[in-house]
Formats: sequence, structure tokens, C-alpha cells
Amino acid sequence: MTDNPTPTEAPQALRVFVVDDHAMFRAGVRAELAGRVDVIGEASSVAEAVSRIGALEPDVVLLDVHMPDGGGRAVLEVVRRTHPQVRFLALSVSDAAEDVIGLIRAGARGYVTKTISSDELAAAIRRVAEGDAVFSPRLAGFVLDAFASRSDTAVADPELDQLTNREREVLRLLARGYAYKEIAKELFISIKTVETHVSNVLRKLQMSNRYELSRWAADRRLV
Amino acid sequence: METTRKEPVITAPTAPRLYRARDRRMVAGVAAGLADHLGIPATRVRVAFVLLLGFSGLGLLLYAAFWAVLPQRARTSEDATRRSFAQILPFLVIGVAVLITQGILFDSVGAAATGGWLIALVAVGAGVIWHQSDPERRRQWSETLPQMPWLAAVVDESDRRAFLLRFIGGGVLVATGIIGVVAVYAPSGDIGAVVNGVIFALVGLFGVAVVAGPALWRTFNQLRAEREGRIRETERAEVAAMVHDQVLHTLALIQRNAGDVKVVQRLARGQERSLRNWLYKPTASPTERFAAALEQAAAEVEDTFAITVETVVVGDRDTDERVGALVAAAREAMVNAARHAKVQTVSLYAEAEPDQLSVFVRDRGAGFDPSTVEETRHGVRGSIIGRMTRHGGRAEIRSEPGTGTEVRLFLPISRATAAAAPARPS
Repeated sequence: MTDNPTPTEAPQALRVFVVDDHAMFRAGVRAELAGRVDVIGEASSVAEAVSRIGALEPDVVLLDVHMPDGGGRAVLEVVRRTHPQVRFLALSVSDAAEDVIGLIRAGARGYVTKTISSDELAAAIRRVAEGDAVFSPRLAGFVLDAFASRSDTAVADPELDQLTNREREVLRLLARGYAYKEIAKELFISIKTVETHVSNVLRKLQMSNRYELSRWAADRRLV
Repeated sequence: METTRKEPVITAPTAPRLYRARDRRMVAGVAAGLADHLGIPATRVRVAFVLLLGFSGLGLLLYAAFWAVLPQRARTSEDATRRSFAQILPFLVIGVAVLITQGILFDSVGAAATGGWLIALVAVGAGVIWHQSDPERRRQWSETLPQMPWLAAVVDESDRRAFLLRFIGGGVLVATGIIGVVAVYAPSGDIGAVVNGVIFALVGLFGVAVVAGPALWRTFNQLRAEREGRIRETERAEVAAMVHDQVLHTLALIQRNAGDVKVVQRLARGQERSLRNWLYKPTASPTERFAAALEQAAAEVEDTFAITVETVVVGDRDTDERVGALVAAAREAMVNAARHAKVQTVSLYAEAEPDQLSVFVRDRGAGFDPSTVEETRHGVRGSIIGRMTRHGGRAEIRSEPGTGTEVRLFLPISRATAAAAPARPS
């Protein structure tokens, strides 16, 4: 996260790949992103996505969650093993907690819903490409929810699963709809620090142990 | 299901019909049912049955006959009592004593007595198999497999182990009984022939099992597939009804109002929300839960002003009057944002902590200078600040022209009420 590989200058040099089983939606994304990033390819199934992403090596993959034969999670798990440098941004119509958290845990760098405006989508792609994490307010809410309810009982694995107060504050502001810049101003810290906090949250989310996750999911009647 | 049963439990006010009891039963509920019908203590009936054992197993025969014939009383709510085998023990002891006494007094281990016993054995075995199923289930089976209802009666997916136990046990009883009867009434002279007969009978049973096994197995799967199909069908019907009632109507309205962007957006948003709730959300009543109430308020504002309210609620708790006031203040703040901020999106964030509820309503719209408008804005003063103060909370309004407005609402909760209300939906 901290090693920032000098990003290519023009934003449209970002190479983006779209995975979605709805052709109409792929076409829409392509049209909306035209001129802002370079959409180098698209795929409509897990197998197709895995082989083409491997061949093209895009900077960012826009990934749908719900697809036949395994969905975005399957793509993530396969591609991440062979191409760890490819970054994933989940772009889904679902904002159900289990989808969001599940994809983040599988290794997506961010999660946005399909109602997002094209400007915000382009910005999110850029941020993910630069190694930053993109949290929608809703995602921040889920994370807070997941960790808040555990704060009193998380004696089993406190190091791994706890959020620091600062991280929690950052998440709260994110959930309230603040941009990184505004959070930095609000908390009197630099934007870079905000990004670090958010990245740490993401890291903790991916590393949280299975037991806690299943408890959390069971509590919310997700499983 | 229960109410559609044919048994006229309620409609017959005359003498209670004869049923097998479901509660207070020891073996199959025959004795208790008889006792209910006759109006005498169940113990007397049981003792009578046990004593009748002495007459060539007549008690057992009668019991089996009653068992096979009597319907079981319809299930009621107070069936908590389970059979206790400790209770059966005294009757078993008495029964054995009676048998021994009979043997000593009359030395009647003769052919007639044995024959009675064996017939009783057959009856019990048949009863076991028959009562493997209840009438409802038998009916269902004969519907699903009209060509061989008996086979369907044999397979019951819900408790396969019990089925195996009972069916095989019952079959063995029947076989033994029949063989015994044959051996007693057509005596071939030596005991070896009887033993051989028993062995051959068992081999026969085994053979039947081997032959029928694959067919049984197929029927199991067929029944299961049929049941799953039914469940899927029900779900499909539910989805179809939902799509018909809401989605198609919304799409029709959108086609008619295709020119009016605002209306189309409002319809699409409302439909999306309702579909999403239907798909993902466990339904909670807005009158009972804080999160549901806030979401409803946000939905109303969305519908009224054709904006998007990005709602994030962390945690939940039960509502009361004060929480209701908080929701109303939040609603007012959203309405203000929708009216004056001139934006398409307002974000609403709420968090239920153990000791405090907080709500934040934020927009990135026009904003205003709080010092200049405060005196004239009764909406803000009365509906937001005043309401929060009256209920022991507080409200802060932060706004700058150009950067938008955030309304922050806080409502402290005393420890006692917080403990009484679970913090999360369970």
C-alpha cells in the first residue's frame, strides 16, 4: 500500500477489464468509462474471465458478484494466485452484507454498487489502481457492524480482529458520506494517513479468522 | 393442516369418542384412551390387559386389535409428556408374574395356549407395520405413487431409521408368528423341522429385502425429488406473484411516463428499494425497531422528493417514545436537505451504541450560514433542535455555504433501558 509505483501519467492509460454476465451492463460500463480509462476487454463467465485476465493482465478488474458457476469470488480466488498484481474492484447490484464482506475477504480492493455515478466509478478505479482501498459508506457500515458487535467478546484473538479507535473513527466518517479529503480535515490528519487507516481495515478484514466470521454471519442470519 | 383433519374432536359434544391417547401413553395409548372413554382410571385398564395375558395372550391380542383399529387423538399443544419406560416396568413385572402363575396353576403350555400367543404376536407385528404411518401420510403416499401405494407406505423419508427398525421388527414378528402357528397346528413331530422352518423364513425375508432394496432406494429418491420440486414450485409462485404485483406495474408506469425523468427516477428507486428489501432484508416492523423506522423515514423522503438517501444503519434497538422523536428529527433533517440543498443524494448514517444513539444526515449541497438564518427557521429550531432537547438529546447543525450541511443528532440511553433492549436483532 505504501509502495506507490509511479502511476502512469494519463488516467486513460489505466487498463480495465469488465466481468459481468449481463451484456447490456458491460456495454453500459464501457460507454460510461469511455475516455476516462481504457476498457481492454470483457468476460461474461468465470472461466472466460480467468483465462482472459491471465492473458491481458489489466490494472483493474471490475467484478460482478453474482454470476453463474461461482461468481466473482471464484474469479478472484483463481486469478489472485497467479496474478497478484491485478487489482479487483467489485461492482455489484447487491449490497447485501454477505456479498460485500465475502468479496473483500477474497481479496477485492473495494466494493461499489451499480447505482454509482460514472464519475465516482472512474475515481474508484483510479484509487484501486493506485493501491488504495475504496469503501462505500455502506461497506464501512458493514465493517463497523461486524467489528462493533464483537468488541466486548473478542478476547479470543484481539490482535487480529480489533479495530483501533482511530480506524473506527475513520470508518464512521466514511459511513457518514465523507470523502478522504474531508476526513483528513475533520481529524486533522493527512490524506495519506486516512488511506493507511482504511488499508489497515481492509487488511484486518481479510485476515480475520474464520471463527469470527462465521459467528458474525450466523448472528445476522446470513448462513 | 391440523384443522383440516376429519376427526370431529370439537364438533361432537356427546360422549367422547374412542381414541388412542397421545398424552399419558405408555405403549401406544390404547389403555389410556379406553380409560378416557369409560371414565375410569387408566391403571385399572392396564391391569386388566395384563391379567388377560394369562388367557393365552388374550390381553396382547386385544391390545393389538385396539391399536390397529383406534385412531389417535389429534395433536394438541400440550403433548409435552413423553413415554417413560420406568412406568411400563411394573406392568411388565406383573405380566410375567401372571404368565408364570398361569404356567404353574394350569400347566397350560399346550397347543391352544401357544397358538393364541403366536396369533397375538402376528397381530402386534402387523400393528407395528401399519402404525408406521399416520393416515395423513398414507393418503399422501397413495397419491404420489398410485401404482404401488404399499411401497410408498414403506418408505418414509423423515425417519428412515425408525422405519427400518419397525418394519424389520414387525416383519420378523409376523414371520415368527406364522411359522409358529404352522408348527403348532401342523406338527411334524420334531423340533428340528420347526427350527429349519424359522431359518428358511428368515432367509426368505432376507431375500425379499435384497430384491426390494434397489426399488425402495429408487422410491426414496423419487419421493425426495418430488418434495423438492414442490418446494421450488411454491417459491417460484411467490416470486411470480411479487413480480406481477410490483415490478410489472412499475415498468408499465415507467413506460407511460417515459418523458418525465423525475417520475421515472422515483418509480425506479421505489421499485428497487422494495425489491431489495424483499430479497435481502428480514422484515422488521418500523414501529418496533430503530433501524426499520429510520429506513422507512428515508424511504418516504426518497419517494416524496425524488432524491436518493444513502442509508447506513449500524446496530439496532427497540424503539420507544424518545427513539421515535429521534427518528422524527432525522426525518425533518432529511426533508430539509431534500428541499434546500439542491442535490440528488443525501447520506444518512445512524449508529446504535450501548449508551447512545447517533444519527447523521449529510448533504453536499448549497449549505447556509447558520448565524444568518437561525431566527426565521422554525423547522430547524422546533422540529430538530427543540425536539431533541425535549427528549434529553442534542442536535448540532454544521453548515457552510458551498460545502453542504450535516445535522448530527445524539440521544443518550440510560444503562438500564439499554440493558433491557437487546442491541442487535437476533
